Amino acid sequence: MAQTEAYEDIPGTYVFDAKRSRMGYHLNMFCMSMMGDENRKAFKADEAKYLDRFPMTEEQKQAVLKRDWDGMLRLGGNIYYTSKLAATDGLTFQNIAAIMTGSTQEDYAKMMLAGGRPPEGNRSKSEWKKRG
Amino acid sequence: MARIIAGVTTSHVPAIGAAIDRGRTQDEYWKQLFDGYEPSKKWMAETKPDVVILIYNDHASAFSLEIIPTFALGCAEHFPIADEGWGPRPVPAVEGHPDLAWHIAQSTILDEFDITIVNKMAVDHGLTVPLSLLCGQPSAWPFKVVPLCVNVIQYPPPTGHRCFMLGKAIRKAVEGFDQNLRVVIFGTGGMSHQLQSGRAGFINKPFDKHFMDEMARHPEELVKIGPLEYLREAGSEGIELVMWLMMRGALDDDAKEVYRFYRVPASNTACGHMILENPRK
Repeated sequence: MAQTEAYEDIPGTYVFDAKRSRMGYHLNMFCMSMMGDENRKAFKADEAKYLDRFPMTEEQKQAVLKRDWDGMLRLGGNIYYTSKLAATDGLTFQNIAAIMTGSTQEDYAKMMLAGGRPPEGNRSKSEWKKRG
Repeated sequence: MARIIAGVTTSHVPAIGAAIDRGRTQDEYWKQLFDGYEPSKKWMAETKPDVVILIYNDHASAFSLEIIPTFALGCAEHFPIADEGWGPRPVPAVEGHPDLAWHIAQSTILDEFDITIVNKMAVDHGLTVPLSLLCGQPSAWPFKVVPLCVNVIQYPPPTGHRCFMLGKAIRKAVEGFDQNLRVVIFGTGGMSHQLQSGRAGFINKPFDKHFMDEMARHPEELVKIGPLEYLREAGSEGIELVMWLMMRGALDDDAKEVYRFYRVPASNTACGHMILENPRK
């Protein structure tokens, strides 16, 4: 259990553990359904109606409808599943990474070209708090 | 007798596959990365293995949250290419080696590893991008492939130590197989990267360099890295590196590093690649 508590200290990270997997099961299975062309068409035709096929919470449905990419993860989504919804919207991993970090596409791409987000200052929530 | 002659590690970033499929490998963004694999393509063409055991992870393509096997061994004759939401990659279908795969399953299960036997499995970019990087764009892959799919998405993935020990059991299985086969083993994924939430874009070059430095000489140090350290130091998706250690476990203790390549970025990821050879190829 010590391990479980310890990884909650990593900032800007949702470890996809038992708790999140259980919470996000239907949300992720909705995302999985976006791999089928017919499902993608039905979803695009009426998003809210399509979501009713899945016993997700209202909060999860709203996060999907609003494309709140970080919110979906907070509510139990997993990035490899939510990325399927992103692909349905024509967005790449890098596109949604920029959105989730509150960055512009240009600034995020520049950060990656310059070597990415460094480990210094990004290991612990206390470091992010200090930075404010 | 079959034997493992060498090991390859490489990242399996989907954007690399897209760049190959769309003819973008000479674009300014990608050229250096693909240049880094040119010597490896030559090495692969010269090495001519009969079979590649390819350790990778599925990205919610063949497996969803319905069934989450920790170690899934592909024992089928053929493995179709998965449609990951934008159509299957235009690459040759993957031909399996059921005789060897079933033998490995039986041998490792009797060695107390609880392997899931899979007779039907589409393979996604985790498996096909490494093949493209090492073989280019042939009309058929030049060897049979035994896919070994590892769960690294649902926490907890198997530990590096467990993967390393399974690598040793795979080696024993291969050496107990009664056909003369030359086998290369791939450990894919990594290196440091995080795709999710506020820390997306996380890259740890010193961690990656240390990992590569110790792969050949001191893998027993790397197997001590636990899940918390991977998550914190290599990023939430960097935990894929446990699959490199399964490859290492399958090689000789005194395997030699013959090639390495490292580049940041490949999309959101630090792309790392190594070739290790057993002394008696």
